[in-house]
Amino acid sequence: MSQTLLEVQDIRTEFPVSGGGLFQPRRRLRAVNDVSFILRQGETLGVVGESGCGKSTLGRSLLRLIEPSAGRVLWQGEDIAGLSPEEMRLKRRDMQMIFQDPIASLDPRMTIGDIIAEPLTVFERSLSKAERRSRVLDVMDTVGLSGDMLNRYPHEFSGGQAQRIGIARAIITRPKLVVCDEPVSALDVSIQAQIINLLQELKRKFGLTMIFISHDLSIMRLISDRIMVLYLGRVVELAEKSALFADPKHPYTRALLSAAPVPDPKAARARQRIMLRGDPPSPLDPPSGCAFRTRCPLAEERCAQRVQELETVAEGQEIACEVVAGSL
Amino acid sequence: MRKSIFKSEDLTVRFDTPEGEVQAVSGLNLDIAAGETVAIVGESGSGKSQTFLSVMGLLAKNGRASGKAVLEGRDLLKMRPSELDVYRGRDISMVFQDPMTGLNPSLRISRQLTETLEVHQGCTRKEADARALAMLEAVGIPDPKRRFRMYPHELSGGMRQRVMIAMALLCEPKLLIADEPTTALDVTIQAQILELFGQLKRGFDTALILITHDLGVVAGLADRVFVMYAGRVVEEAPVDDLFEDPKHPYTKALLASTPRIDTDLESLEPIPGRPPNLQRLPKGCAFAARCAFAEAQCHELRPPLKSIANQRTCACLLVEAEEREPV
Repeated sequence: MSQTLLEVQDIRTEFPVSGGGLFQPRRRLRAVNDVSFILRQGETLGVVGESGCGKSTLGRSLLRLIEPSAGRVLWQGEDIAGLSPEEMRLKRRDMQMIFQDPIASLDPRMTIGDIIAEPLTVFERSLSKAERRSRVLDVMDTVGLSGDMLNRYPHEFSGGQAQRIGIARAIITRPKLVVCDEPVSALDVSIQAQIINLLQELKRKFGLTMIFISHDLSIMRLISDRIMVLYLGRVVELAEKSALFADPKHPYTRALLSAAPVPDPKAARARQRIMLRGDPPSPLDPPSGCAFRTRCPLAEERCAQRVQELETVAEGQEIACEVVAGSL
Repeated sequence: MRKSIFKSEDLTVRFDTPEGEVQAVSGLNLDIAAGETVAIVGESGSGKSQTFLSVMGLLAKNGRASGKAVLEGRDLLKMRPSELDVYRGRDISMVFQDPMTGLNPSLRISRQLTETLEVHQGCTRKEADARALAMLEAVGIPDPKRRFRMYPHELSGGMRQRVMIAMALLCEPKLLIADEPTTALDVTIQAQILELFGQLKRGFDTALILITHDLGVVAGLADRVFVMYAGRVVEEAPVDDLFEDPKHPYTKALLASTPRIDTDLESLEPIPGRPPNLQRLPKGCAFAARCAFAEAQCHELRPPLKSIANQRTCACLLVEAEEREPV
């Protein structure tokens, strides 16, 4: 059993939002709601869900880029909630992030060399200029950028290359954890495949632990070891990849899997789709009990009565649905 | 009996840019029959969207189209804007990726829908209301009466896209162009909209052109597929043939680089490099620089689009008519 790198206990992140009128009291939108999980060294945890499910907020809350309002995040056993901003900043040497929009996340007035070197100027201040330059060239080579691009600016790069720059910046300090937030969804298919392969290669080479946030289950199937499915801020299923794809248990996971398009016309025609009615409810006014019950084909009266807790239903597979769990 | 309703001949789209002229679409020949669903697949910059913006007369100011785009005998490219207005929305309509940009934020859903009926079909307000309501119901909007009185911002993305589709279908157009209609939507909502297109296919005689980068969407909906690369069609085939036996190296590579939800893959086979700059297109085949099979001649000669089998065309020097694989 490999070591636990990160342990998350009942983390909750809320945003204050307008009450809907000038004199209405402000309301709180709970984007992440009592999420708990353990991340093992070297594994890739996929976090999947639709827009508004809280997957990006969760990623940012773990790194305290957004301050969670409750819960604990234990980094190698240490609670990082109590760290001062300065201490937290230094911790981020070990935890880096890769963002969705590769161009927007690069400072347009900095050269590529300076962008990639920036984490070194913060975390490894003792390096000489020459050492820093050689580290930058090293990491550029690792991510497939040629060294002569060092003095160019972000706007000269395509989306795929810009994402390589973002990856180079994230891994130059040799972090233990990299949180990837939809790192390929802005890219064309042929370029997307290059970046996915690069991430897989880095994972093997450096033993990186990754949290991979995406709405795309087919990418999850490639890259994740375990997958967490979120719906309206809560975990509805957390399972080993093989279990999740072979036998998804939560009704939402099942619907999500059956809704994803398959690039094979015969399989597409033969497939039985589980059509979900309607749209996800507003996180400002979530349904009582299980938030999915308003769209769930299996919903019963009891689902409205209490929030569903995760329970183990098979080896390496937990779901938050008493209706399914009770029928197994 | 196949009834052709839309044809393009040598359709070419050029843009004037500060860096010189860019040819976004080159010599496109399409032939689309009534009731058929045709997918146009390609990555960004392949020209798939510009092709149909030009057909709709919606190119940016610096763009111009040449060649022919003939809808039932009339060349849309030759029409004056006032003439085109008669056809747009009535015989040919378009659904865009972002439903918010297609809807007027300051008008109620009811007004947006009834306007086309009053303009194109001279309906009275009352008739138009009734038909528009019926159409909202047909596209699966729950509680249509209430939604009818709402403004676009009060609807979710999926609902807005349904409204756009309802609007596009109101005059029962002969040709409906859907440009990435589900790309901005969540996967469960995408499934609902694709299901809706599937029902429309069966219920209306409208020909559907589906512009997309997503091979999964193509597989689920299209009858026939055109694959575009750098402004040109590189392969055309019935949907089953294309997925079962892709001929053009680009189509093969695209399929091999697509992640699959239905099988475990070790890794993907990405296409090396990136699409060429349209301003500096290479002399030979535009894909040659990224192609695993390319030979010396590929960098010199531009491959013409030729027929290789029944209903199949391919633009590759290495693909011969009927069963000979590129080696």
